[in-house]
Amino acid sequence: MHIDPQAIEDAAKELYLRALKELPPDVKRGFDALAARETGATAKAVLGTMIENIAVAERTDNLLCQDTGIPIYNVVIGRGVDVDGPALKAALRRGCERATREYPLRSSIVHPLTRKNEHSSCGIGVPVIHVDFSDAFEGLRIEMIPKGSGSENNSWLKMAIPAEGVDAIRTFVVDCVLDAGGKTCPPTIVGVGVGGTADLCVHLAKVAATRPLGTSCADPEGAALEAQLSAAVNLLGIGPQGLGGDATAFAVHVELAATHITMNPVAVNMQCHSARRASALFTADGVTYGF
Amino acid sequence: MAHHEFTTPVTEGQVRALRVDDTVTLRGTLYGIRDATQIAMFDRGRKTRFDLAGHAVIHTAPNVRKVAPSPEHPAGYAPVCIGTTTSMRMERFTRPLLARCGVRIVIGKGGLGAASLTAFAELGGVYLAIIGGTAALETTWVEAIEDVDLDDLNPESLWKFRIRGFGPLRVAMDSHGGSLYDSVNAGARAKRAEALAALGIQRRSPD
Repeated sequence: MHIDPQAIEDAAKELYLRALKELPPDVKRGFDALAARETGATAKAVLGTMIENIAVAERTDNLLCQDTGIPIYNVVIGRGVDVDGPALKAALRRGCERATREYPLRSSIVHPLTRKNEHSSCGIGVPVIHVDFSDAFEGLRIEMIPKGSGSENNSWLKMAIPAEGVDAIRTFVVDCVLDAGGKTCPPTIVGVGVGGTADLCVHLAKVAATRPLGTSCADPEGAALEAQLSAAVNLLGIGPQGLGGDATAFAVHVELAATHITMNPVAVNMQCHSARRASALFTADGVTYGF
Repeated sequence: MAHHEFTTPVTEGQVRALRVDDTVTLRGTLYGIRDATQIAMFDRGRKTRFDLAGHAVIHTAPNVRKVAPSPEHPAGYAPVCIGTTTSMRMERFTRPLLARCGVRIVIGKGGLGAASLTAFAELGGVYLAIIGGTAALETTWVEAIEDVDLDDLNPESLWKFRIRGFGPLRVAMDSHGGSLYDSVNAGARAKRAEALAALGIQRRSPD
């Protein structure tokens, strides 16, 4: 199956707009679950406003949040695909730029030193593009994540040591949630990376933060840690927007990688309540959009 | 927990009457400011032609569409999506906003810190919490982009919005030393030990 770069460009544009406008069903269900068990009066009202906003965005065909984020495209190449790699990356970049200029979206991307905004949502190394491979399906999948800065600005890495054990990981996650307070637009998905190198650990935290709600870490030890941490951080009472309440996090997600005998790294990256993502699946039958 | 309906600009007396957990709905004019706007104004000495005295500012950088200027869009910009950003990055600008520009109301999300709380008490100001990430709703409260200044900083220009029924917004920091964030954060830190105990973490004593 050959995939035309023009089709990828069109999908890259469409995915950015879709992601900004409609929350995935798992996140909507997450809101319903939090609202149903919230006991704080202020927190109930705040969650109600967030849920109302989801409906207003759909009714008015508008963006959920004004933060168009840092655009991230995660590409998974499955079986039976013939694709020109460099052309694929260039097409994603063009689609991202077209979404920004044609809609138009606020370009949130600037040069890190000059702070110059090219009004294209693109720059050096942005959009962020990750390419991976899978033998689990035929075709090509592109996931788009506009990662909001309020949550991204609250990211942490600790190179703990083996003598500190798993308790160092648990304590660090609780302390990061405390440190974030209301700045991350809670309720959040708290993404935790454990193991790997420093950079892999931070990447895993991002993978965890952007994973659909209701999914678990593939490793059983990681999944058990997720359940423990999800309960613990919701004891803190930070609540939606940091204004107090039960609903501090939808969930804590953990992703693992093996690490060195001398290392015990842990990273935390958070996803805000506007946990936006969209996906496109290219198969022999054409393109299908989803979340 | 009273509700207040204000038309901007407001007086010091109106702002000093507000207490944490009151709610406020605004009408009239609202100014949009952001990191780059305030870096330009307070670090680089850029001047604005807008008179912010008695006014409300919101921590924002909107999505806008360039259009031909018209009575509906006097500044040549149509609002697309207007929301609110995390305030804490702009903590050090609260005092000059109040002291030099006469701003009375700061609207944002996530709260401001101790220096802002002191400035609110000394100079007569208040922080109103909006629900971050609810920009689609917030956009319906904005009638028009009336004017824009420092537009070379776009999207972090100094925006002048005409608003209708902007709120209800929660008073989260008042001019009497009250901060909802301080009380929530203190409560959360007090529960840290409980959260760690739930994770089975006990302080290891040295042998």
